[in-house]
Amino acid sequence: MSDEQDVITGINAPVYLKYNFTAGAAPSRFLTQLKKGVLMGQRCPKCSAVYVPARGSCALCGVATEEDVQLSDKATVESFTIVSIPIPGNPIEPPFVVANLVLDGSNISLIHLLSECENSEVRIGQRVQGVWKPESEWDYSMNNIRYFKPIDEPDVPAEKIGKLPVTGWEG
Amino acid sequence: MKDIAIVAYQQSDSVSDAGAVNEVELIMPVLARTFEQAGLNSAQDVDFVCSGSCDYLQGAAFAFVSGVDALGAVPPIKESHVEMDAAWALYESILKIRMGHADSALIYGFGKSSPGELPVVLSQQLDPYYLAPLWVDSISLAALQARMMLDKGLITERDMAEVVSRSRRNAMNNPHAQLSGDISVDDVLAEETYLSPLRKADCSPISDGASAIIIATVEQARAWGLPYAVISGIDHCIETHNLGMRDLTDSVSTRMAANRAGMNTGKVDVAELYAPFSHQEIILARALGLDDSTQVNPSGGVLAGNLMMASGLSRVGEVFNRIVKGEAQRGIAHATSGPCLQHNLVTVLEKGENA
Ligand SMILES: [Zn+2]
Repeated sequence: MSDEQDVITGINAPVYLKYNFTAGAAPSRFLTQLKKGVLMGQRCPKCSAVYVPARGSCALCGVATEEDVQLSDKATVESFTIVSIPIPGNPIEPPFVVANLVLDGSNISLIHLLSECENSEVRIGQRVQGVWKPESEWDYSMNNIRYFKPIDEPDVPAEKIGKLPVTGWEG
Repeated sequence: MKDIAIVAYQQSDSVSDAGAVNEVELIMPVLARTFEQAGLNSAQDVDFVCSGSCDYLQGAAFAFVSGVDALGAVPPIKESHVEMDAAWALYESILKIRMGHADSALIYGFGKSSPGELPVVLSQQLDPYYLAPLWVDSISLAALQARMMLDKGLITERDMAEVVSRSRRNAMNNPHAQLSGDISVDDVLAEETYLSPLRKADCSPISDGASAIIIATVEQARAWGLPYAVISGIDHCIETHNLGMRDLTDSVSTRMAANRAGMNTGKVDVAELYAPFSHQEIILARALGLDDSTQVNPSGGVLAGNLMMASGLSRVGEVFNRIVKGEAQRGIAHATSGPCLQHNLVTVLEKGENA
Protein backbone atom coordinates (compact mmCIF):
# COMPACT_ATOMS: atom_id res chain seq x y z
CA MET A 1 0.00 0.00 0.00
CA SER A 2 2.77 2.45 0.83
CA ASP A 3 6.12 3.22 -0.72
CA GLU A 4 8.74 0.76 0.23
CA GLN A 5 10.98 2.13 2.95
CA ASP A 6 14.61 1.49 3.61
CA VAL A 7 15.27 -0.93 6.37
CA ILE A 8 17.17 1.00 9.04
CA THR A 9 19.73 -1.33 10.53
CA GLY A 10 21.74 1.14 12.56
CA ILE A 11 22.57 4.72 13.38
CA ASN A 12 25.84 6.37 14.27
CA ALA A 13 25.86 7.70 17.82
CA PRO A 14 29.49 8.12 18.79
CA VAL A 15 30.25 8.57 22.47
CA TYR A 16 33.06 10.86 23.63
CA LEU A 17 33.60 11.16 27.35
CA LYS A 18 36.63 12.82 28.92
CA TYR A 19 38.12 11.72 32.21
CA ASN A 20 40.98 12.71 34.44
CA PHE A 21 41.98 9.17 35.24
CA THR A 22 43.91 8.37 38.40
CA ALA A 23 45.60 5.04 38.85
CA GLY A 24 45.06 4.91 42.59
CA ALA A 25 47.37 5.51 45.54
CA ALA A 26 48.93 2.02 45.58
CA PRO A 27 49.36 1.76 41.77
CA SER A 28 50.92 5.25 41.85
CA ARG A 29 53.57 4.00 44.31
CA PHE A 30 54.34 1.16 41.91
CA LEU A 31 54.45 3.38 38.83
CA THR A 32 56.66 5.99 40.53
CA GLN A 33 59.29 3.33 41.24
CA LEU A 34 58.87 1.74 37.81
CA LYS A 35 59.88 5.04 36.22
CA LYS A 36 63.13 4.76 38.21
CA GLY A 37 63.68 1.24 36.91
CA VAL A 38 62.62 -0.43 40.17
CA LEU A 39 59.99 -3.17 40.35
CA MET A 40 58.27 -2.55 43.69
CA GLY A 41 55.78 -5.02 45.10
CA GLN A 42 53.47 -4.57 48.08
CA ARG A 43 53.05 -7.04 50.93
CA CYS A 44 49.78 -8.01 52.63
CA PRO A 45 50.02 -7.43 56.39
CA LYS A 46 47.80 -10.45 57.05
CA CYS A 47 48.89 -13.28 54.73
CA SER A 48 52.28 -11.84 53.62
CA ALA A 49 51.52 -12.33 49.91
CA VAL A 50 53.48 -9.88 47.75
CA TYR A 51 51.55 -8.32 44.88
CA VAL A 52 52.94 -6.68 41.78
CA PRO A 53 51.58 -4.48 40.36
CA ALA A 54 49.52 -3.89 43.53
CA ARG A 55 46.10 -2.33 43.18
CA GLY A 56 45.71 -1.29 46.79
CA SER A 57 44.48 -4.39 48.56
CA CYS A 58 45.21 -8.04 49.13
CA ALA A 59 42.35 -9.60 47.20
CA LEU A 60 42.51 -12.63 49.47
CA CYS A 61 42.27 -10.75 52.75
CA GLY A 62 40.60 -7.49 51.73
CA VAL A 63 43.15 -5.32 53.53
CA ALA A 64 45.48 -2.60 52.27
CA THR A 65 48.96 -3.64 51.10
CA GLU A 66 50.93 -0.91 52.82
CA GLU A 67 54.49 -2.31 52.91
CA ASP A 68 56.62 -1.79 49.79
CA VAL A 69 58.92 -4.66 48.83
CA GLN A 70 61.62 -4.28 46.20
CA LEU A 71 61.60 -7.17 43.73
CA SER A 72 64.01 -8.65 41.23
CA ASP A 73 63.61 -8.39 37.47
CA LYS A 74 64.26 -12.11 37.33
CA ALA A 75 61.13 -14.22 37.05
CA THR A 76 59.75 -17.71 36.52
CA VAL A 77 57.32 -18.71 33.76
CA GLU A 78 54.04 -19.77 35.41
CA SER A 79 52.14 -20.16 32.14
CA PHE A 80 52.45 -19.01 28.54
CA THR A 81 50.79 -18.90 25.16
CA ILE A 82 52.23 -18.56 21.67
CA VAL A 83 50.41 -15.85 19.73
CA SER A 84 50.32 -16.59 16.00
CA ILE A 85 48.21 -13.66 14.89
CA PRO A 86 49.22 -9.97 14.76
CA ILE A 87 47.88 -7.88 17.64
CA PRO A 88 47.31 -4.18 16.85
CA GLY A 89 49.87 -1.99 18.58
CA ASN A 90 52.18 -4.83 19.48
CA PRO A 91 55.62 -4.21 17.97
CA ILE A 92 56.64 -7.85 18.04
CA GLU A 93 56.08 -9.93 14.90
CA PRO A 94 54.03 -13.09 15.46
CA PRO A 95 54.51 -15.75 16.45
CA PHE A 96 55.47 -14.38 19.87
CA VAL A 97 55.06 -15.49 23.46
CA VAL A 98 52.84 -13.96 26.14
CA ALA A 99 53.52 -15.35 29.60
CA ASN A 100 52.39 -15.26 33.21
CA LEU A 101 55.62 -14.45 35.06
CA VAL A 102 56.24 -14.46 38.79
CA LEU A 103 59.00 -12.02 39.76
CA ASP A 104 61.42 -13.25 42.38
CA GLY A 105 60.22 -11.94 45.74
CA SER A 106 56.55 -11.79 44.69
CA ASN A 107 53.77 -14.36 44.89
CA ILE A 108 51.43 -13.19 42.16
CA SER A 109 52.12 -13.40 38.44
CA LEU A 110 52.10 -10.51 36.04
CA ILE A 111 51.73 -10.76 32.28
CA HIS A 112 54.53 -9.74 29.94
CA LEU A 113 56.16 -10.76 26.66
CA LEU A 114 58.94 -13.31 26.16
CA SER A 115 61.42 -12.88 23.36
CA GLU A 116 65.00 -13.82 22.37
CA CYS A 117 63.84 -17.37 22.88
CA GLU A 118 62.99 -20.47 20.89
CA ASN A 119 59.21 -20.41 21.12
CA SER A 120 59.09 -24.18 20.94
CA GLU A 121 61.34 -24.40 24.00
CA VAL A 122 59.36 -22.08 26.29
CA ARG A 123 58.08 -24.03 29.29
CA ILE A 124 56.52 -23.64 32.70
CA GLY A 125 59.23 -23.23 35.33
CA GLN A 126 61.65 -21.59 32.90
CA ARG A 127 63.82 -18.79 34.30
CA VAL A 128 63.70 -15.41 32.57
CA GLN A 129 64.88 -11.83 33.12
CA GLY A 130 63.62 -8.43 32.02
CA VAL A 131 65.28 -6.66 29.09
CA TRP A 132 64.96 -2.97 29.88
CA LYS A 133 64.79 -0.05 27.51
CA PRO A 134 67.57 2.55 27.84
CA GLU A 135 67.12 4.58 31.04
CA SER A 136 66.42 7.76 29.04
CA GLU A 137 63.20 6.16 27.75
CA TRP A 138 61.82 5.07 31.12
CA ASP A 139 58.27 6.21 31.87
CA TYR A 140 55.37 5.21 34.15
CA SER A 141 54.97 2.11 32.03
CA MET A 142 55.51 -1.63 31.97
CA ASN A 143 56.98 -0.95 28.53
CA ASN A 144 60.15 0.10 30.38
CA ILE A 145 60.80 -3.61 30.13
CA ARG A 146 60.70 -4.50 26.42
CA TYR A 147 60.28 -8.17 27.15
CA PHE A 148 61.71 -10.96 29.25
CA LYS A 149 64.29 -13.40 27.88
CA PRO A 150 65.45 -16.81 29.08
CA ILE A 151 68.48 -16.94 31.38
CA ASP A 152 70.81 -19.82 32.07
CA GLU A 153 69.37 -21.04 35.37
CA PRO A 154 67.79 -24.42 36.16
CA ASP A 155 64.00 -24.68 35.89
CA VAL A 156 61.87 -24.09 39.00
CA PRO A 157 59.69 -27.05 39.98
CA ALA A 158 55.96 -26.29 39.77
CA GLU A 159 55.41 -26.34 43.54
CA LYS A 160 58.09 -23.67 44.06
CA ILE A 161 56.82 -21.24 41.40
CA GLY A 162 55.61 -18.08 43.10
CA LYS A 163 57.50 -18.86 46.29
CA LEU A 164 61.02 -17.69 45.46
CA PRO A 165 62.79 -15.08 47.58
CA VAL A 166 63.96 -11.84 46.02
CA THR A 167 67.50 -13.22 46.22
CA GLY A 168 66.60 -15.60 43.42
CA TRP A 169 66.68 -19.29 42.58
CA GLU A 170 69.58 -21.43 43.67
CA GLY A 171 68.41 -24.49 41.73
CA MET B 1 8.58 -14.81 55.94
CA LYS B 2 11.61 -13.79 57.96
CA ASP B 3 11.83 -10.18 59.12
CA ILE B 4 14.97 -8.44 57.95
CA ALA B 5 16.92 -5.85 59.90
CA ILE B 6 19.73 -3.39 59.31
CA VAL B 7 22.54 -3.80 61.83
CA ALA B 8 25.32 -1.56 60.53
CA TYR B 9 25.79 1.48 58.32
CA GLN B 10 28.87 3.50 57.46
CA GLN B 11 29.60 6.20 54.92
CA SER B 12 32.80 7.88 53.85
CA ASP B 13 33.08 11.63 53.87
CA SER B 14 31.49 13.10 50.78
CA VAL B 15 34.30 14.97 49.04
CA SER B 16 34.48 16.89 45.77
CA ASP B 17 37.63 15.05 44.69
CA ALA B 18 38.96 11.97 46.45
CA GLY B 19 42.25 12.45 44.62
CA ALA B 20 44.48 9.56 43.70
CA VAL B 21 42.47 6.76 45.32
CA ASN B 22 40.99 4.04 43.12
CA GLU B 23 37.75 2.16 43.75
CA VAL B 24 39.32 -0.42 46.06
CA GLU B 25 40.91 2.32 48.13
CA LEU B 26 37.60 4.19 48.23
CA ILE B 27 35.61 1.17 49.43
CA MET B 28 38.00 -0.62 51.79
CA PRO B 29 38.04 1.86 54.71
CA VAL B 30 34.24 2.06 54.67
CA LEU B 31 33.89 -1.73 54.65
CA ALA B 32 36.40 -2.05 57.49
CA ARG B 33 34.34 0.33 59.63
CA THR B 34 31.10 -1.46 58.71
CA PHE B 35 32.49 -4.87 59.71
CA GLU B 36 33.78 -3.35 62.93
CA GLN B 37 30.37 -1.88 63.73
CA ALA B 38 28.75 -5.29 63.23
CA GLY B 39 31.49 -7.12 65.11
CA LEU B 40 32.41 -9.09 61.98
CA ASN B 41 35.81 -9.66 60.41
CA SER B 42 35.19 -9.68 56.68
CA ALA B 43 32.79 -10.53 53.89
CA GLN B 44 33.38 -14.17 54.84
CA ASP B 45 31.12 -13.57 57.85
CA VAL B 46 28.02 -12.72 55.80
CA ASP B 47 26.09 -15.00 53.44
CA PHE B 48 25.80 -12.62 50.49
CA VAL B 49 27.42 -9.47 49.13
CA CYS B 50 25.85 -7.09 46.64
CA SER B 51 27.23 -3.78 45.37
CA GLY B 52 26.03 -0.87 43.29
CA SER B 53 28.27 1.22 41.06
CA CYS B 54 28.64 2.52 37.53
CA ASP B 55 31.93 2.31 35.63
CA TYR B 56 30.96 5.29 33.46
CA LEU B 57 31.45 7.59 36.46
CA GLN B 58 35.21 7.27 36.74
CA GLY B 59 35.68 5.94 33.21
CA ALA B 60 37.38 2.73 34.28
CA ALA B 61 36.05 -0.41 32.66
CA PHE B 62 35.23 -3.20 35.13
CA ALA B 63 36.01 -0.99 38.13
CA PHE B 64 33.15 -2.81 39.87
CA VAL B 65 35.02 -6.10 39.49
CA SER B 66 38.16 -4.54 40.94
CA GLY B 67 36.03 -3.38 43.83
CA VAL B 68 35.69 -7.01 44.91
CA ASP B 69 39.40 -6.87 45.83
CA ALA B 70 38.30 -4.90 48.87
CA LEU B 71 36.24 -7.81 50.19
CA GLY B 72 38.68 -10.59 50.93
CA ALA B 73 36.83 -12.94 48.60
CA VAL B 74 39.01 -16.00 49.22
CA PRO B 75 37.61 -18.58 49.78
CA PRO B 76 34.95 -17.58 47.24
CA ILE B 77 31.90 -15.66 48.41
CA LYS B 78 28.40 -15.28 46.96
CA GLU B 79 28.54 -11.90 45.29
CA SER B 80 26.44 -9.82 42.95
CA HIS B 81 26.40 -6.33 41.51
CA VAL B 82 23.89 -3.87 40.12
CA GLU B 83 24.83 -1.12 37.68
CA MET B 84 22.61 1.12 39.79
CA ASP B 85 22.53 2.84 43.12
CA ALA B 86 23.28 0.36 45.88
CA ALA B 87 19.74 0.89 47.23
CA TRP B 88 18.84 -1.57 44.48
CA ALA B 89 21.62 -3.86 45.69
CA LEU B 90 19.81 -3.73 49.04
CA TYR B 91 16.62 -4.72 47.23
CA GLU B 92 18.37 -7.70 45.60
CA SER B 93 19.85 -8.73 48.95
CA ILE B 94 16.45 -8.62 50.62
CA LEU B 95 15.06 -10.89 47.89
CA LYS B 96 18.00 -13.23 48.47
CA ILE B 97 17.21 -13.47 52.19
CA ARG B 98 13.45 -13.78 51.60
CA MET B 99 14.09 -16.67 49.21
CA GLY B 100 15.91 -18.40 52.03
CA HIS B 101 19.29 -18.30 50.26
CA ALA B 102 20.98 -16.16 52.91
CA ASP B 103 20.53 -14.92 56.46
CA SER B 104 22.80 -11.92 56.16
CA ALA B 105 24.22 -9.62 53.51
CA LEU B 106 26.73 -6.83 53.01
CA ILE B 107 25.63 -4.11 50.62
CA TYR B 108 27.93 -1.35 49.44
CA GLY B 109 27.88 1.39 46.87
CA PHE B 110 30.64 3.61 45.59
CA GLY B 111 31.03 6.43 43.17
CA LYS B 112 33.93 8.48 41.97
CA SER B 113 32.26 11.15 39.89
CA SER B 114 35.12 13.66 39.94
CA PRO B 115 37.19 12.17 37.06
CA GLY B 116 34.44 12.73 34.48
CA GLU B 117 31.91 15.41 33.66
CA LEU B 118 29.01 13.93 35.59
CA PRO B 119 26.05 15.76 33.98
CA VAL B 120 27.43 14.79 30.56
CA VAL B 121 28.18 11.22 31.61
CA LEU B 122 24.59 10.90 32.83
CA SER B 123 23.28 12.00 29.42
CA GLN B 124 24.43 8.62 28.16
CA GLN B 125 21.83 6.82 30.29
CA LEU B 126 19.08 8.39 28.17
CA ASP B 127 17.26 6.67 25.32
CA PRO B 128 20.14 5.87 22.94
CA TYR B 129 18.36 6.72 19.67
CA TYR B 130 16.77 10.11 20.13
CA LEU B 131 18.07 11.66 23.35
CA ALA B 132 21.57 10.42 24.13
CA PRO B 133 22.93 11.67 20.74
CA LEU B 134 21.76 15.15 21.72
CA TRP B 135 23.92 15.02 24.87
CA VAL B 136 21.18 16.53 26.98
CA ASP B 137 22.82 16.69 30.39
CA SER B 138 21.13 15.83 33.67
CA ILE B 139 21.11 19.40 34.98
CA SER B 140 19.41 20.72 31.84
CA LEU B 141 16.68 18.11 32.18
CA ALA B 142 16.16 18.99 35.84
CA ALA B 143 16.00 22.65 34.84
CA LEU B 144 13.21 21.86 32.35
CA GLN B 145 11.36 20.15 35.17
CA ALA B 146 11.85 23.05 37.59
CA ARG B 147 10.72 25.53 34.93
CA MET B 148 7.52 23.54 34.47
CA MET B 149 6.90 23.58 38.23
CA LEU B 150 7.45 27.35 38.43
CA ASP B 151 5.38 28.11 35.36
CA LYS B 152 2.42 26.12 36.67
CA GLY B 153 2.64 27.95 39.98
CA LEU B 154 3.37 24.74 41.86
CA ILE B 155 6.49 26.18 43.47
CA THR B 156 8.37 29.45 43.75
CA GLU B 157 12.09 30.06 43.62
CA ARG B 158 11.84 30.88 47.32
CA ASP B 159 10.39 27.40 47.97
CA MET B 160 13.42 25.93 46.23
CA ALA B 161 15.78 28.17 48.18
CA GLU B 162 14.12 27.05 51.42
CA VAL B 163 14.98 23.45 50.58
CA VAL B 164 18.61 24.46 50.01
CA SER B 165 18.82 26.52 53.19
CA ARG B 166 17.36 23.70 55.32
CA SER B 167 19.74 21.19 53.69
CA ARG B 168 22.80 23.33 54.42
CA ARG B 169 21.73 23.89 58.03
CA ASN B 170 20.83 20.24 58.67
CA ALA B 171 24.14 19.17 57.11
CA MET B 172 25.99 21.06 59.86
CA ASN B 173 25.16 18.03 62.03
CA ASN B 174 26.30 15.55 59.38
CA PRO B 175 30.04 14.87 59.78
CA HIS B 176 30.27 13.42 56.25
CA ALA B 177 28.59 16.35 54.49
CA GLN B 178 30.37 18.13 51.67
CA LEU B 179 28.27 21.31 51.73
CA SER B 180 26.91 22.72 54.96
CA GLY B 181 26.51 26.06 56.65
CA ASP B 182 24.16 28.58 58.13
CA ILE B 183 22.81 29.76 54.77
CA SER B 184 19.58 31.73 54.66
CA VAL B 185 16.93 31.60 51.95
CA ASP B 186 17.92 35.12 50.89
CA ASP B 187 21.56 34.05 50.66
CA VAL B 188 20.52 31.34 48.21
CA LEU B 189 18.29 33.66 46.20
CA ALA B 190 21.13 36.19 45.93
CA GLU B 191 23.11 33.64 43.91
CA GLU B 192 23.03 33.96 40.12
CA THR B 193 21.22 31.32 38.12
CA TYR B 194 23.36 28.56 36.70
CA LEU B 195 21.13 26.66 34.29
CA SER B 196 18.02 28.73 34.75
CA PRO B 197 15.90 28.51 36.76
CA LEU B 198 18.40 26.46 38.76
CA ARG B 199 21.12 28.05 40.82
CA LYS B 200 24.22 26.02 41.61
CA ALA B 201 22.90 25.65 45.16
CA ASP B 202 19.76 23.96 43.77
CA CYS B 203 21.95 21.20 42.33
CA SER B 204 23.62 18.47 44.36
CA PRO B 205 27.41 18.72 44.23
CA ILE B 206 29.79 16.37 42.40
CA SER B 207 31.01 13.95 45.05
CA ASP B 208 33.31 11.00 45.58
CA GLY B 209 32.76 8.39 48.25
CA ALA B 210 31.20 5.13 49.34
CA SER B 211 28.76 3.71 51.84
CA ALA B 212 27.89 0.27 53.16
CA ILE B 213 25.17 -1.51 55.10
CA ILE B 214 24.88 -4.92 56.69
CA ILE B 215 21.45 -6.54 56.89
CA ALA B 216 20.39 -9.80 58.48
CA THR B 217 17.32 -11.69 59.57
CA VAL B 218 16.02 -10.39 62.88
CA GLU B 219 17.01 -13.74 64.45
CA GLN B 220 20.56 -13.27 63.20
CA ALA B 221 20.66 -9.65 64.34
CA ARG B 222 19.60 -10.76 67.82
CA ALA B 223 22.14 -13.58 67.81
CA TRP B 224 24.81 -11.00 67.01
CA GLY B 225 23.45 -8.86 69.84
CA LEU B 226 23.31 -5.76 67.68
CA PRO B 227 20.91 -2.83 67.77
CA TYR B 228 18.84 -2.92 64.63
CA ALA B 229 16.02 -1.37 62.62
CA VAL B 230 13.56 -3.60 60.81
CA ILE B 231 12.96 -3.19 57.08
CA SER B 232 9.19 -3.55 57.05
CA GLY B 233 8.78 -2.86 53.35
CA ILE B 234 10.65 -2.08 50.15
CA ASP B 235 9.51 -1.61 46.57
CA HIS B 236 10.43 0.26 43.43
CA CYS B 237 8.61 1.51 40.34
CA ILE B 238 9.84 3.04 37.11
CA GLU B 239 8.35 5.44 34.59
CA THR B 240 8.85 5.59 30.83
CA HIS B 241 12.18 6.76 29.44
CA ASN B 242 10.21 9.13 27.22
CA LEU B 243 10.31 12.34 29.24
CA GLY B 244 7.55 13.84 27.09
CA MET B 245 5.11 11.17 28.22
CA ARG B 246 5.69 11.77 31.94
CA ASP B 247 4.13 14.29 34.28
CA LEU B 248 7.41 15.78 35.43
CA THR B 249 5.70 17.82 38.14
CA ASP B 250 4.68 14.70 40.05
CA SER B 251 6.40 11.46 40.95
CA VAL B 252 3.81 8.78 40.35
CA SER B 253 6.35 5.97 40.63
CA THR B 254 7.52 7.17 44.05
CA ARG B 255 3.95 7.23 45.35
CA MET B 256 3.27 3.75 43.95
CA ALA B 257 6.45 2.33 45.43
CA ALA B 258 5.69 3.90 48.83
CA ASN B 259 2.18 2.48 48.86
CA ARG B 260 3.41 -0.95 47.89
CA ALA B 261 6.12 -0.78 50.56
CA GLY B 262 3.47 -0.01 53.17
CA MET B 263 4.50 3.52 54.03
CA ASN B 264 0.96 4.59 54.82
CA THR B 265 0.25 1.93 57.42
CA GLY B 266 1.83 4.10 60.13
CA LYS B 267 3.30 7.44 61.06
CA VAL B 268 6.45 8.55 59.26
CA ASP B 269 8.78 10.32 61.71
CA VAL B 270 11.63 10.81 59.30
CA ALA B 271 12.06 10.71 55.54
CA GLU B 272 15.37 10.72 53.74
CA LEU B 273 14.62 11.64 50.13
CA TYR B 274 17.11 11.30 47.28
CA ALA B 275 16.45 14.62 45.59
CA PRO B 276 19.47 15.68 43.52
CA PHE B 277 17.79 19.05 42.86
CA SER B 278 15.96 21.27 45.32
CA HIS B 279 12.64 21.29 43.47
CA GLN B 280 12.69 17.49 43.34
CA GLU B 281 12.53 17.30 47.13
CA ILE B 282 9.28 19.24 46.94
CA ILE B 283 7.94 16.92 44.21
CA LEU B 284 8.81 13.88 46.29
CA ALA B 285 7.43 15.19 49.58
CA ARG B 286 4.16 16.04 47.86
CA ALA B 287 3.99 12.75 45.98
CA LEU B 288 4.39 10.96 49.30
CA GLY B 289 1.91 13.23 51.09
CA LEU B 290 4.42 14.14 53.80
CA ASP B 291 3.41 16.90 56.19
CA ASP B 292 5.07 18.76 59.07
CA SER B 293 4.95 15.67 61.28
CA THR B 294 7.72 14.16 59.16
CA GLN B 295 11.25 15.45 59.39
CA VAL B 296 12.63 15.55 55.83
CA ASN B 297 16.34 15.02 55.16
CA PRO B 298 17.76 15.67 58.62
CA SER B 299 21.14 14.60 57.19
CA GLY B 300 20.99 17.43 54.68
CA GLY B 301 20.09 14.99 51.91
CA VAL B 302 22.09 14.77 48.72
CA LEU B 303 22.27 18.55 48.25
CA ALA B 304 24.88 18.23 51.00
CA GLY B 305 26.83 15.56 49.07
CA ASN B 306 25.74 13.22 46.30
CA LEU B 307 27.61 9.94 46.22
CA MET B 308 26.43 8.54 42.92
CA MET B 309 25.48 4.86 43.30
CA ALA B 310 25.75 5.12 47.08
CA SER B 311 23.47 8.01 48.08
CA GLY B 312 20.30 5.91 47.79
CA LEU B 313 21.79 3.34 50.14
CA SER B 314 22.96 6.15 52.43
CA ARG B 315 19.38 7.41 52.71
CA VAL B 316 18.47 4.02 54.17
CA GLY B 317 21.49 4.21 56.47
CA GLU B 318 20.57 7.69 57.70
CA VAL B 319 17.06 6.53 58.67
CA PHE B 320 18.59 3.47 60.35
CA ASN B 321 20.87 5.77 62.38
CA ARG B 322 17.94 7.83 63.61
CA ILE B 323 15.91 4.79 64.61
CA VAL B 324 18.71 3.10 66.54
CA LYS B 325 19.52 6.40 68.26
CA GLY B 326 15.88 6.58 69.37
CA GLU B 327 15.24 9.82 67.47
CA ALA B 328 12.57 8.16 65.33
CA GLN B 329 10.30 5.15 65.59
CA ARG B 330 9.57 4.77 61.91
CA GLY B 331 10.89 6.29 58.73
CA ILE B 332 11.21 5.99 54.99
CA ALA B 333 14.23 6.11 52.73
CA HIS B 334 13.87 6.99 49.07
CA ALA B 335 16.31 6.33 46.25
CA THR B 336 16.13 7.54 42.68
CA SER B 337 17.75 6.78 39.37
CA GLY B 338 17.46 8.22 35.91
CA PRO B 339 16.60 11.73 34.72
CA CYS B 340 13.95 13.79 36.52
CA LEU B 341 13.18 11.09 39.12
CA GLN B 342 12.44 8.35 36.58
CA HIS B 343 12.95 5.29 38.78
CA ASN B 344 12.20 5.33 42.47
CA LEU B 345 12.63 2.96 45.37
CA VAL B 346 11.09 3.36 48.82
CA THR B 347 12.19 1.48 51.93
CA VAL B 348 10.19 1.56 55.16
CA LEU B 349 12.15 1.13 58.38
CA GLU B 350 10.81 0.59 61.87
CA LYS B 351 12.19 0.25 65.34
CA GLY B 352 12.73 -3.39 66.28
CA GLU B 353 10.63 -4.87 69.07
CA ASN B 354 13.42 -5.04 71.61
CA ALA B 355 15.72 -2.52 69.97
ZN1 LIG C 1 46.49 -11.17 52.36
